[in-house]
Amino acid sequence: MSDKIPITVLTGYLGAGKTTLLNRILTEPHGKKYAVIVNEFGEIGIDNELVVGADEEVFEMNNGCICCTVRGDLIRILDGLMKRKGKFDAIIVETTGLADPAPVAQTFFMDQDVSDAARLDAVVTVADAKWLSERLKDAPEAKSQIAFADVIILNKIDLVSPAELEEVEGRIRAINPYAKLHRTQNCAVPISEVLDRNAFDLDRILDIEPDFLEQGHHHHHDEEMQSISVKIDGEVDPERFMPWISNLTQVEGANILRCKGIVAFPGEPKRFVFQGVHMILDGDVQGDWKPGQKRTSKVVFIGRDLNEKAIREEFLACAV
Amino acid sequence: MTAGPASSLTQHVLAVDTNAHVTAIGWLKGTAAFGLGDGTIVLARDGETQRVEAHPGAGVLVGLSDGARFLTGGDDGRVAVTHADGSSGTLAETKGAWIDSLAISKTGAFAYGAGKRAIAIDDKGREKILELASAPRGLAFAPKGYRLAIAHYNGATLWFPNVEAKPELLDWKGSHLDIVWSPDARFIVTSMQENALHGWRLVPDKGNMRMSGYPSKTRSVSWSSDGKWLATSGAEAAILWPFDSKEGPMGKQPRECGVRPAKVTRVAFHPNTFVLAVGYEDGCILLIRMVDAAELLVRQALKGSGVTAMEWDAGGKRLAFGCEDGQAGLLTLPT
Repeated sequence: MSDKIPITVLTGYLGAGKTTLLNRILTEPHGKKYAVIVNEFGEIGIDNELVVGADEEVFEMNNGCICCTVRGDLIRILDGLMKRKGKFDAIIVETTGLADPAPVAQTFFMDQDVSDAARLDAVVTVADAKWLSERLKDAPEAKSQIAFADVIILNKIDLVSPAELEEVEGRIRAINPYAKLHRTQNCAVPISEVLDRNAFDLDRILDIEPDFLEQGHHHHHDEEMQSISVKIDGEVDPERFMPWISNLTQVEGANILRCKGIVAFPGEPKRFVFQGVHMILDGDVQGDWKPGQKRTSKVVFIGRDLNEKAIREEFLACAV
Repeated sequence: MTAGPASSLTQHVLAVDTNAHVTAIGWLKGTAAFGLGDGTIVLARDGETQRVEAHPGAGVLVGLSDGARFLTGGDDGRVAVTHADGSSGTLAETKGAWIDSLAISKTGAFAYGAGKRAIAIDDKGREKILELASAPRGLAFAPKGYRLAIAHYNGATLWFPNVEAKPELLDWKGSHLDIVWSPDARFIVTSMQENALHGWRLVPDKGNMRMSGYPSKTRSVSWSSDGKWLATSGAEAAILWPFDSKEGPMGKQPRECGVRPAKVTRVAFHPNTFVLAVGYEDGCILLIRMVDAAELLVRQALKGSGVTAMEWDAGGKRLAFGCEDGQAGLLTLPT
C-alpha cells in the first residue's frame, strides 16, 4: 500500500451517536494519532488530538459536470495538515447530520493534491435504531447517508424491541445491502471494524456479495432509493461494456450514489474492477482470476429512481 | 552562447537545516526567515541559525515579509510577527479558525482571513472586517493605496477597508485560490481549483482572461521586475504569460522554460533582472536567464524533498529556498 494518509468519513443523522463513536475511537488505547475534522467544536471530550473545525463549504466544479461537487474547506484543511505530515496516522472527517456524503467522497477523486496525499478509507454511517425509520421517511439526507455507507453502525438497539430492530434493519438493507452492518449500544464496536477498511481500494472490492445473504433475506422496499445487482455467468465484451458503464454514469450519475463491479473480459487474465461515486468512475484491471475460478461478471448500483429494467437489460446485453 | 551541460551554482549554496516542512520564507534585510510546519521560525544569517517558537505546538500555514517583519498565520488561529533579532509577538488572534491567508503592505498594513471574514488592519492599527459569502482564500494589497483583493468561491472582491463604499465584485464561476495584482495594478490574476488561472483586466473594460491547459493546480506565481511577464507553476515547465500589452495574454501563446520531467512547484523572478528561479516537485532548483534560456543548477533533485518555498532578498543577491522534508538553503550569487 502507498503511504497515503487514510481518511474515514463519519456520517449520521443528528443525534444518532457520531460523537459517541468519535470519542470511542479517540480514547481506545490504539497508540495511533488522529487528526479530526469536525463541524462543531466542544462536543469532543479529547483535547490532545489535532482537532480542526470545518465550514462544510460545498463547491461546484467548473467542469460542466452537474453533480461534481467538492468540499472546498476540506481541500484547504488537508493542504494545511500535509505541512505536519508524520504527526498523525490517519484523519477522521465528521460531517454534520444534514450533510450529503457525496461532496466529501468526491473530493478524494476530483482534487489531485488531495488524492496524491490521502486516500478515502471508508464512509461510516451511524444510524439510530429508534428513529432511523422515521428519518428515512422525512429526511433525504438520512437516506443518502445509508446509501453511501461502507460500514453502518446501527446504534441504540437497546431502545427498540427485536421486531422493531428487524424492521429498521430491513429498511436499511432495502437501500444498501452491501455495507457491513453492526448492531451496537453506545457505538460499542471494535475500532478495526470502523477504521482501515480500504473500502475504496480497487484491490479490496473482491467480494461484493451483499452482507444480508449471510443473515437471511429481508423483504422491504424503499420507493425512492434502491440497490440493483446484476450478474452474468461469464464474460462481457469490453467494446460494449466500457461505453455502456461510462455513458450510464454520465447520464444517470446524478441519481447513482455508489456503484461497483468486477467483470471478466475475454482473454484478460486479470479482473476488471471498478467503483464510482455519482459521475466519477475509477476502474482498472486488478488481480488474476484464479485457476479454476469461475469467470463471472457482476455490477451493483445504489441510487435514486434507477431504471432497474433498463440497467439489467443493457448490462446483460454486454455478455459475450 | 555555448551549448553544454547546465552550469552549476551548487557550491554557492549554504545548507540550512530547518527540520520541518518549510511553508514560507521571508527576508528581513540580511536575515532569511523560514516559517515551518512545526510552528517554529528559523532565522538564518551569516551561517548562523536561531529558532523562534512563533506558533508553539501548532504549524505555520502561511508567511509573508515586508522587509522588516515576518508575519505568519498558523493553525493555532494566530497571526504572529517575528523580527530579525528573534523577537516575536502576536498581531491577531481568532478562536478556532486556521489562518492560512495573509497579505502585507509596504506601508505597514496587513490583512488575514478567518472563517468567512477578511480582516484588514491599517498602519495605525484600525481594524476593519468584511463578511463574505464564502471563506476568503488568497489576499493581496494593491501596489498603491489601501485596497485589498480577496479571492473566494465564484470570483474575487476588491475592498477599500477604510472607505464606506460597497466592495466591488469580480465574478467568475469556480473556486479561486491565490490572488495577485500586476505591478501596475491593471490586472488581477487568481489561481483556480480547476487547474487554470483567471484574470480580470481592471482598465479599461473589466475583461475576463482565462489561462488554462495546466495538468495540475497553480499555487505559485511571480511577476517579472518590469511587470511584463507572469511566471506560474503547475506544469512540467515554468509557464510565462505575456502581460506587455493592455490586452494582457489573450490570444497569445505563453512561453515555457525549464522543461523537465517533474512538476514545477515554485517560481520566483529575480527582483531586478530577467532571471527566473524555478523549483520542482523532485527537489531540483534551476535559475533560468530568460533572454537566452540558459540554465544554472542551484540544487540537484532529491527524493522526497520537493521545493515548497523560494524567495529572493530585496537586492537580488541571495535566494532562500525550503523543501517539504525540512531541508533548506541559501544561494549567494557569485559576483
